[in-house]
Amino acid sequence: MSMQEHTVRAYAGELRRLRELVARMGGLAERQVADSVTALVRQDAELATEVIGRDAEIDALEREIEDFCIRLLALRQPAGADLRLVVAALKIIHAIERIGDYARNAAKRSIVLAQQPRLGSLNGFQRMARLVQENLKGAMDALVNEDAARADEVWAADKPVDEVYNGIFREMLTFMMEDPRNITAATHLLFVAKNLERIGDHATNIAETVHYAVQGQALTEERPKGDNSTYAVVRQQD
Amino acid sequence: MSPPSDSATRDAAAASQPASFGGMQARSAAALNQTARIAVRNLDFFYGDNRALKEISFDLPERQVTGMIGPSGCGKSTLLRVLNRMYSLYPGQRATGEVLMDGQNILDADVDINALRAKVGMVFQKPTPFPMTIYDNIAFGVRLHEQLSKAQMDERVEWALTRAALWGEAKDRLTSSAMGMSGGQQQRLCIARTIAVRPEVILFDEPTSALDPISTLKIEELIDELKRDFTIAIVTHNMQQAARCADQVAFFYLGELIEIAPAGQLFTAPRHQRTQEYITGRFG
Repeated sequence: MSMQEHTVRAYAGELRRLRELVARMGGLAERQVADSVTALVRQDAELATEVIGRDAEIDALEREIEDFCIRLLALRQPAGADLRLVVAALKIIHAIERIGDYARNAAKRSIVLAQQPRLGSLNGFQRMARLVQENLKGAMDALVNEDAARADEVWAADKPVDEVYNGIFREMLTFMMEDPRNITAATHLLFVAKNLERIGDHATNIAETVHYAVQGQALTEERPKGDNSTYAVVRQQD
Repeated sequence: MSPPSDSATRDAAAASQPASFGGMQARSAAALNQTARIAVRNLDFFYGDNRALKEISFDLPERQVTGMIGPSGCGKSTLLRVLNRMYSLYPGQRATGEVLMDGQNILDADVDINALRAKVGMVFQKPTPFPMTIYDNIAFGVRLHEQLSKAQMDERVEWALTRAALWGEAKDRLTSSAMGMSGGQQQRLCIARTIAVRPEVILFDEPTSALDPISTLKIEELIDELKRDFTIAIVTHNMQQAARCADQVAFFYLGELIEIAPAGQLFTAPRHQRTQEYITGRFG
């Protein structure tokens, strides 16, 4: 819904600033996800350490935006679409903060993994990272442009992430069964994959929140999901 | 005291309901009532040739607060003046369509206007106490409609002042002039005067725009209290006030009813662009 500018110009500026701050936080998280996986694939402990250090920026930005939202609620008493934006921002920054934590955790594990023998090509990880990054970016674009259709696309696009995750899950179990010495690396890699999978879920949650902020109605359908690793069993072949 | 006969039943019903965020749940879509106390149908209103209301249709649900918002000149006060035929005092003003109350169209020429105004009371923007004692301010209107003994009248005055949350402050100065009261007290006195004739519907036209914030909150609290017994319509320029007080809110623009919805919906996700622009402060 394209609307007129707010009668109070300062208020319009504040709402714009809120969108920008959230988008900036999302951008930081995207970069953290990308770098954590690059560090993993290149066995680059230095880059991983940088990622871990940068998480504080995301946390600081979360606090800043939260304060900003509370001030907007108290001083401007937003209604309608403005109210939905502020409430959505509060939810979204929480999701981004979680994404940051998952990326940091992946980076920590990649430091351990840098000292372990490589398991497989790690192509799946790169693919997963690219997919969740795209989704995160899409959700942020949808927020900034008030584009519900874009948000809906992201919301429906998590299935490929889950599929790659399932593939990695099976691959890692197989490595572990082949040689118990793989267990340390494979377990860490499983957690990294799980982190990426959770990041993907948060990206779709953000998209859902953006949809609500823009349309005023929650998405009520069941989201398409593809994670069936919960039920996976791998049998040893004699 | 003359409390409404069924209030005890309603209290029991309210008590048995699950805890919620104060009155907010009652103001969500699901809870919106049922019986229309006043039903407005295809109402048009004219000041001479100027059509100030255009095909307005909506209900005032029984014992609910209906808030009316919209920019100046949108017709909301005009509508309020139709609901108790206030406009009939002025030549050249006329209404067409139907305003149904108890099965009767109150716009009909043969309607007893005094009886109607006893049923549909009105509280104005500025407190309008009569230049007489506090007691007589209340008794004045009652005497026009009923013949009560001194004891009955005393009881009625106490009841009205109690319901208007003024008894505590007024009981020791009933014989003092009402003109010596504060603005907030005067407005509550006007509310007491309105309810003293035991109307069924109370119309509030910007009842707090001349009051300080604390007096405003007292009036709002009072409205919340009064809706247990009365059907209420309130015109306000203060959107937060409509959000705080009203069960359903009607947005008017240029004589048209653009949208009417439960307050919770209208202030979070209105359906119409105009409403959205108005409630978010984007009005040209």
